[in-house]
Amino acid sequence: MIQIKNLHASINGKEILKGLNLTVNAGEVHAIMGPNGAGKSTLASVLAGKEDYEITSGEVIFEGKNLLDLSIEDRAKEGLFLAFQYPVEIPGVSNVNFLRTALNEIKEYRKEEPISAKDFLALVREKSKIVELDAKLASRAVNEGFSGGEKKRNEIFQMAMLDPKLAILDETDSGLDIDALRIVAHGVNTLKSDKNATIMITHYQRLLDYIIPDFVHVLYDGKIVKTGPKELALELEEKGYDWIKEGVESI
Amino acid sequence: MGYTEEELAKDLENQEYKYGFVTDVEYDEVPIGLSVEVIRMLSEKKEEPQWMLDFRLNAFKVWQSMEEPDWAHVTFEKPDYQAIRYYSSPKGKKGAESWDDVDPEIKETMEKLGISLDEQKILQGVAVDFVMDSTSVATSFKTKLKEMGIIFCSFSEAVQEHPELVKKYMGTVVPVSDNYFAALNAAVFTDGSFCYIPKGVRCPVELSTYFRINKGGTGQFERTLVVCDEGGYASYLEGCTAPKRDENQLHAAVVELIAMENAEIKYSTVQNWYPGDKNGLGGVFNFVTKRGLCEKGAKISWTQVETGSAVTWKYPSCILKGDNSIGEFYSVAVTNNYQQADTGTKMIHLGKNTKSTIIAKGISTGRSQNSYRGLVQIHKSAENARNFTQCDSLLMTDECGAHTFPYIECKNSTAKIEHEATTSKIGEDQIFYCMQRGLSEEKAISLIVNGYCKEVLNKLPMEFAVEAQKLLAISIENSVG
Repeated sequence: MIQIKNLHASINGKEILKGLNLTVNAGEVHAIMGPNGAGKSTLASVLAGKEDYEITSGEVIFEGKNLLDLSIEDRAKEGLFLAFQYPVEIPGVSNVNFLRTALNEIKEYRKEEPISAKDFLALVREKSKIVELDAKLASRAVNEGFSGGEKKRNEIFQMAMLDPKLAILDETDSGLDIDALRIVAHGVNTLKSDKNATIMITHYQRLLDYIIPDFVHVLYDGKIVKTGPKELALELEEKGYDWIKEGVESI
Repeated sequence: MGYTEEELAKDLENQEYKYGFVTDVEYDEVPIGLSVEVIRMLSEKKEEPQWMLDFRLNAFKVWQSMEEPDWAHVTFEKPDYQAIRYYSSPKGKKGAESWDDVDPEIKETMEKLGISLDEQKILQGVAVDFVMDSTSVATSFKTKLKEMGIIFCSFSEAVQEHPELVKKYMGTVVPVSDNYFAALNAAVFTDGSFCYIPKGVRCPVELSTYFRINKGGTGQFERTLVVCDEGGYASYLEGCTAPKRDENQLHAAVVELIAMENAEIKYSTVQNWYPGDKNGLGGVFNFVTKRGLCEKGAKISWTQVETGSAVTWKYPSCILKGDNSIGEFYSVAVTNNYQQADTGTKMIHLGKNTKSTIIAKGISTGRSQNSYRGLVQIHKSAENARNFTQCDSLLMTDECGAHTFPYIECKNSTAKIEHEATTSKIGEDQIFYCMQRGLSEEKAISLIVNGYCKEVLNKLPMEFAVEAQKLLAISIENSVG
């Protein structure tokens, strides 16, 4: 699905990613954990194509294409989805109008017919159930006046609507109470298939109780320094990151 | 990234003004310049009664005694009033009797503009009056309205056919001496639309006027008068375009609305006069006086989407004279390149429990200057008056400007006045968010801007809203800086 090779990225001259390697295959769920400032969110932004970052070296192959050569919107149309840590509000633009525009852009890119209003509404009904999103929220302006939990649910709802190949969840668990967390996790699990893949960026092991990862990676100082099975998350929760930091620094 | 900033800038400059064609028809004209003789000639050509000529001559005298104002936040070279042709009428037809009588060239123009006065349009529920340069060319749907007692015709026709109504109401809301441009209009106005809704009648169709300046070197001075008698209702639409010309053309219109007891008038404008080219050459000077008078329990609602003109200077206003009357103003003003707009409203509260709402949205891009200027005036007599004002400005480039000049004069302590204002730059985070969902930058901007204007666009009649949305998209395309 995606191969990230020796990726270096900096912002305002400061290097954040310092040779990151990661391979994710279809059907897999990867968790990326790490202390504050390790570069977790930078990784998400760089993959999505945020222009504030400069890629100094490395390459990213997404479904056989050189991802870094693609525009932001083409990455999305190729099937890369970012669930934002802080979803923005777009006043006056209804969620459904927004999603229909997005969906039809993607369909056009794939040379498919635009979705009819009837099919679209049926899809909205079907997908909004996955995250128990109130139908009223679907017709309200994008994220405007949504609670923190509603915004995160809305991200997963959008993900369900757009059906991406690779979803990157950037701290989707932050700010969620336990019920909302369960709903969001249920949504992600429902959408999981052997054709798509998920990268979860998180601080806490808690999320991984609900979405079981195939791999856990520790990102520290711009690199992945440790990879293990889901039990690694528990170990991190128990011991913190210091032992990993010490391990890295002693090399 | 596929799109560089230079390419963006280039595309923006090359943005064509799609209404920039000229229709080739013969004209019946008066000599260039303004004098008593020209006004007499103009009045004679229109076969006007003496009282109309007297009105004009008096206005001319008033105008001559006035100074051209310069307090607006705009700069431009003042028009040479002696270099303008004040009457230019497509030859042959004076308010064609039937659609078949209309010059085929003019018909073609209307088609290009997307106006067809055919059966279909009537089915859609729109009655159209088309004013090209100085003369009203055709008014559709007249007979049907006549049966209900509704009068909808060109202003010239009203002067001939309904002199008692014109005499009674003309100049009562916008007096001749109101301002420089209103006085000029009163002296030389050539045509426009007139509408009268009788007591208790709700006009079932949208009344619509399309204005177009066609001929070079002419000014357009139209006059619109809408009178809605007790309990009546009218929704009126107005659209404007002009050909591309290197010179500046003057458009100085006067619109008067009168809403009697419990009547309601909705007045919507989509203004798309030629804005001038990317270097600020040419374009229409749009100096318009629009005002409505509300009697007891009446309501007047102005909605405008302003994307055209080199310089716009207008303040559609409401005089809330009657108790419990309501005034509303919803506006979107877009300026690009070197366009300048100084627009807003005046809400004059005289009656008790009068209410006004002002929602003004400015969008500036290129090197344009966009100003909101509004006055909320609560008189001593206006017990429990309420006003809510919201003015938002959206900036798209670093070279453009947004300005807000709100004036509040309150002489009654029971009044409640709220004013909210925001200025924002279009959010890069918002654009990124949209693009991450698969939208191009252009689509993202258009979506965000339309969302930003939604409160105003929602107030437009359905089919106008679609047109306005398209117009907005064209006006701001490729314009983020």
